[in-house]
Amino acid sequence: MSVGTTPPTTAGTEPGRVATAAVAVPVGSRRWEFMYFALRNKKLVLGLGIEVVFVLAAIFGPLVAPYSAAKFVAQPNLHPSLKHLLGTTYFGEDVFSQVLFALRDSYLVGFLGAACAALIGLVIGFTAGWRGGVVDEVLQMFTNIVVMMPALVLLIVIGAYLKQHSAFFEGCFIGVTTWPWVARAVRAQTFTLRSRDFVDLSRMSGKRGPSIVIKDIAPNMASYLFLVFVLLFGSSMLIAVSYDFLGLGPTNSISLGDMMFNSQQWSALVLHVWWWFIPPGAVMTLMVAALLIANVGLDEVFNPKLREM
Amino acid sequence: MKRYFARKILTYVLAFWFGATIDWVIPRLIPGDPVQAYLQRFSVQGAGSPGTWQALYKVYSKAFGLNVPLWDQYWHFWDGLLHGNMGVSLYEFPAPVTRIVWDAAPYTLALLVPAIVLSYVLGNRVGAMAARRKALDDTVLPVAYLFQASPYPWLALALAFYLGEVAHWFPISGGYAEGLVPGANWTFIWSAVQHWVLPFFTVFLVSFGGWAIGMRSLVIYELETDYARYLRSLGASQRLVRRYAYRNAVLPQLSGLALALGTVIGGNIVTEIVFGYPGLGHLIYQAINAQDYFLLQGIFLFIIIGVCLANFVIDIVYVLVDPRTRLSMQGAPA
Repeated sequence: MSVGTTPPTTAGTEPGRVATAAVAVPVGSRRWEFMYFALRNKKLVLGLGIEVVFVLAAIFGPLVAPYSAAKFVAQPNLHPSLKHLLGTTYFGEDVFSQVLFALRDSYLVGFLGAACAALIGLVIGFTAGWRGGVVDEVLQMFTNIVVMMPALVLLIVIGAYLKQHSAFFEGCFIGVTTWPWVARAVRAQTFTLRSRDFVDLSRMSGKRGPSIVIKDIAPNMASYLFLVFVLLFGSSMLIAVSYDFLGLGPTNSISLGDMMFNSQQWSALVLHVWWWFIPPGAVMTLMVAALLIANVGLDEVFNPKLREM
Repeated sequence: MKRYFARKILTYVLAFWFGATIDWVIPRLIPGDPVQAYLQRFSVQGAGSPGTWQALYKVYSKAFGLNVPLWDQYWHFWDGLLHGNMGVSLYEFPAPVTRIVWDAAPYTLALLVPAIVLSYVLGNRVGAMAARRKALDDTVLPVAYLFQASPYPWLALALAFYLGEVAHWFPISGGYAEGLVPGANWTFIWSAVQHWVLPFFTVFLVSFGGWAIGMRSLVIYELETDYARYLRSLGASQRLVRRYAYRNAVLPQLSGLALALGTVIGGNIVTEIVFGYPGLGHLIYQAINAQDYFLLQGIFLFIIIGVCLANFVIDIVYVLVDPRTRLSMQGAPA
């Protein structure tokens, strides 16, 4: 199991709760209250803190990287030293610089995967939950079928036939195979919301379905959807590592999974060149763990029942 | 009951059909002529006169069944599939794909089944224990986060390096020691177990982290529900309240298990590749390198069948543990 398979716990809470609270408390103080609990939540602060460091490294890393990522810059397989912070590869490339260059791709794939999965999952989940009846049955059946397609295996089979891959392509691929649990969760939430009074009111005032879903239902699930997006982001990055590790990743750039793939190809394990494969994976683990921790923190901020007593 | 299972079985059949069709369509969507590519790989092109090339082309088109209209090809594909015939592997020519897959499957199952079951059971237990218990929460949870966030290939490489290469506790390559012949003797079994430990722990640990974290949140949520408060106010012991909370929290986790299967299988494939473990994942890797599309198709289908069966088992367990599903099936109001 990976991130994203256990939906955030807000699944069980009443999605309308946030909205009712908003009526009782003026908007300004509610925002302040949110900030108060957000800053007090150690998990959120820690997770976000770590993530910010990596995002900054992804943005500015390639500008300040000491060496170019794919050039022979020193002797092969050098131990980490001050000159080469994480040593060099079998090809004399600087591992530290490679990691800095690879971060952008990981975030790009994570974002694309999450965006595609969220988009498809939202459309299918809202449609199924809102329309109900036969449409719901058919969409649920379709979702259940896609769930059973082993995503990575499918990616491998498709990838094995394609000669060219890009990070863009990879991200979209991942999104297209990971949306089902989003669709399921969104459908369930839409079901509980569609019979609420405020939705009935909109319906009676002659609003059309899509507009009710976007203006009345979606905002009430906003916090939940945000958590879902964070989880999707992390799981997409992790799936991409596995994919890259099989040599099926982007062919035109370097990624963290690529580095592990190359290290495996050139027997870094047996040669004890640990600095070639441990750092890229450790960086990825920290990036995703920070997202997960921030996610649980956010969950606690959004959902008072979960806060520490 | 009948209606419920009829619908489920229809889903499985459709899923299998969908998967098999994807499996059939993908190679045909790829631009280029597979037979030509195949002949070129063995550089047949320059070997003789244009006549030879044409003749060979014809023979191979026929051998791969590509000389008939698409619709017939699709029909032949299903015909072969239902007779258990997936064609012949190019990588281990002339072994039939079905046999190669069959030989590798036990290794994959020996890794996957214990890893999924144990990580699910233990992860849920530990997660439930950690909920609302500060000391456990602060020690177990951070570790669980790290495991859940580790990419499979990395955890595999890290375990192989530190426990295999550096500490020499476990062998890191293959499914059994070189020179042994698979069979029911103790030397082989002992060797197989030793080779099994590290790949097993890789798959186990990643899943374990995920279940523990999910369960912790779910139990915390359940402990704050009205029924739990009511129980407490009646003076029920903390243990009893927790037991009820656990039972309720298990249900979403069980649905999660069905959702997680694909990811775990993917992780298992990568893990097998790192350890050169002779299961289906390793086979996929070989098939990719050898461009053996028949073998890839066969493995993919085998995995789809496995996932359908696993989903069926999860559905049955769900009915067993959730009285509401059972009642609604017998016609009582839910």
